[in-house]
Amino acid sequence: MNNLEDLEKKINSELTTKINNTDIKHGQLYIEIDKDDLIDVTLFIKTNQDTKFRQLMDITAVDYPENPQRFKMIYLFLSHEFNQRIILSYLINENEVISSLTSIFPGANWMEREVFDMYGVSFKDHPDLRRILTDYGFEGHPLRKDFPLTGHTEVRYSEDQKKVINEPVKLEQNYRNFDYESPWEGTKYIKEKIENNDKKN
Amino acid sequence: MTKKIKNLNLNFGPQHPAAHGVLRLILELDGEVVEKADPHIGLLHRGTEKLIENKTYMQAVPYFDRLDYVAPMNQEHAFALAIEEILEIDVPIRAQFIRVMFCEIGRILSHILNVTTQALDVGALTPSLWGFEERETLMTFYERASGSRLHANYFRAGGVHQDLPHGLENDIAKFCQTFPKIIDDLESLLTDNRIFKQRNVDIGIVTKEDALDYSFSGVMIRGSGVPWDLRKSQPYDCYDQLDFKIPIGKNGDCYDRYLCRIEEIKESVSIIKQCLLKMEKGPIKSLDGKISPPPKKDIKQSMEALIHHFKLFTEGYRVPKDEIYTAVEAPKGEFGVYLISDGSSKPYKCKIRAPGFSHLQSMDYLIKGHMLADVPAVLGSLDIVFGEVDR
Repeated sequence: MNNLEDLEKKINSELTTKINNTDIKHGQLYIEIDKDDLIDVTLFIKTNQDTKFRQLMDITAVDYPENPQRFKMIYLFLSHEFNQRIILSYLINENEVISSLTSIFPGANWMEREVFDMYGVSFKDHPDLRRILTDYGFEGHPLRKDFPLTGHTEVRYSEDQKKVINEPVKLEQNYRNFDYESPWEGTKYIKEKIENNDKKN
Repeated sequence: MTKKIKNLNLNFGPQHPAAHGVLRLILELDGEVVEKADPHIGLLHRGTEKLIENKTYMQAVPYFDRLDYVAPMNQEHAFALAIEEILEIDVPIRAQFIRVMFCEIGRILSHILNVTTQALDVGALTPSLWGFEERETLMTFYERASGSRLHANYFRAGGVHQDLPHGLENDIAKFCQTFPKIIDDLESLLTDNRIFKQRNVDIGIVTKEDALDYSFSGVMIRGSGVPWDLRKSQPYDCYDQLDFKIPIGKNGDCYDRYLCRIEEIKESVSIIKQCLLKMEKGPIKSLDGKISPPPKKDIKQSMEALIHHFKLFTEGYRVPKDEIYTAVEAPKGEFGVYLISDGSSKPYKCKIRAPGFSHLQSMDYLIKGHMLADVPAVLGSLDIVFGEVDR
């Protein structure tokens, strides 16, 4: 499919029941699906002759602690053939286990490990689901919104015990996060106002 | 009598110089043949994404320098483009040329470092001595434009921080005259060198299909014969006004990747020359006072400028609710930023897609069945920098 509108139509007609919502913004196609349809949709867009999304660029999650379905999973696909990008997303609850894409894209392995490490989302059928970026023996999931920026433990070398030890964080001064928010509306509103004034004059 | 032979487990790194930083690679060896490689990363993890969520958009820029610290401005570029796309602001043409020019300088910086250290890993010392002298010159250009040699913090949403100082354009033009000679010298040391070829040809072969499946990008995918470069296929800033070629490899081995990098350096020099020719005087950042800080002299005179300055450096500018993925062709591959804004002056989420992460992941696939001595050669040709892999 050479343009995004055709691609959107094609995907909507071929996968009618599996697609919740589609949207085109910023020259990319945003698709919302259900958790259980991930494998089917991925296989379709990877193998279909009119889509050929041969590359999975990244997997990530977003944490919305106030939502009933806390995490939004995001998959970024790229088609070299048609020079298009798809952003696939679906919502899951905390503690929900989701399918792994490693059998379709071997490159998904570390990306899923990272999501597991940072958000605590588990993947079923993942060959090697270990922490990846955080330290050996680390506890918690740092990119969750309820994880403090300063963390829980700090590490140092203990002269007494002759080894590296973890201790609760002690800060001389707390992390300062001032509230600068003002009712200042930002650029678009100002621009429109100026333009309207110009028209009047 | 039969003897039971156990495979040997070897820790490669994190202090090994050929590990290019803090990689801990656990190798399972059968004699000298690698059976399995398990890279342990995260030793340089600084929580960049978490920190960015707690900073305003302008304060987040320096974190991007510290990702791939050999080509800092290329990363800032991706972040600036993401914000510009959401805010729908235009970048003045001079700023676009300045940004592209410095991105290409970054590309040369990164490729020189990679090519010469790869040579160092397989036993050649001289290239790195020659190459680093040129990097030094390039970093002075960084310094003269931005004030710092490495962590530039130069790109802003809507342009760049300040205009080029007097005389810098001439000096860069002069460099473009003398530099190709150095590249030729480097090539005369390496390209036909018997030892270099023995160590690199047919080592770490990546097929086209696997390059796609393993999410490779940049030189790693072009070396395998996939003609894909974001500067051509999804041009950003003024790349569509420039004329350059994309070198493609044939065999997908370490040697082809080396050749691609050398050719890319030459193309980058040509892009820099074109930028210098096409660059005209003009504004270097968006004139919208709600996005770019006013000039210092205005702050002394104008109340409005003073207010803008104060608001920009305390609250920062607000970015409307949106989500976007922007990618640039960084020297190492596709560097992407997935930005979610929630209408406040801080990003709600900023996922950084680092090319090295996907490349390093395939270490097991690349090195299986090779000799132990090939590990540094393959690792060198992957072009790993831990700042971006660990984030």
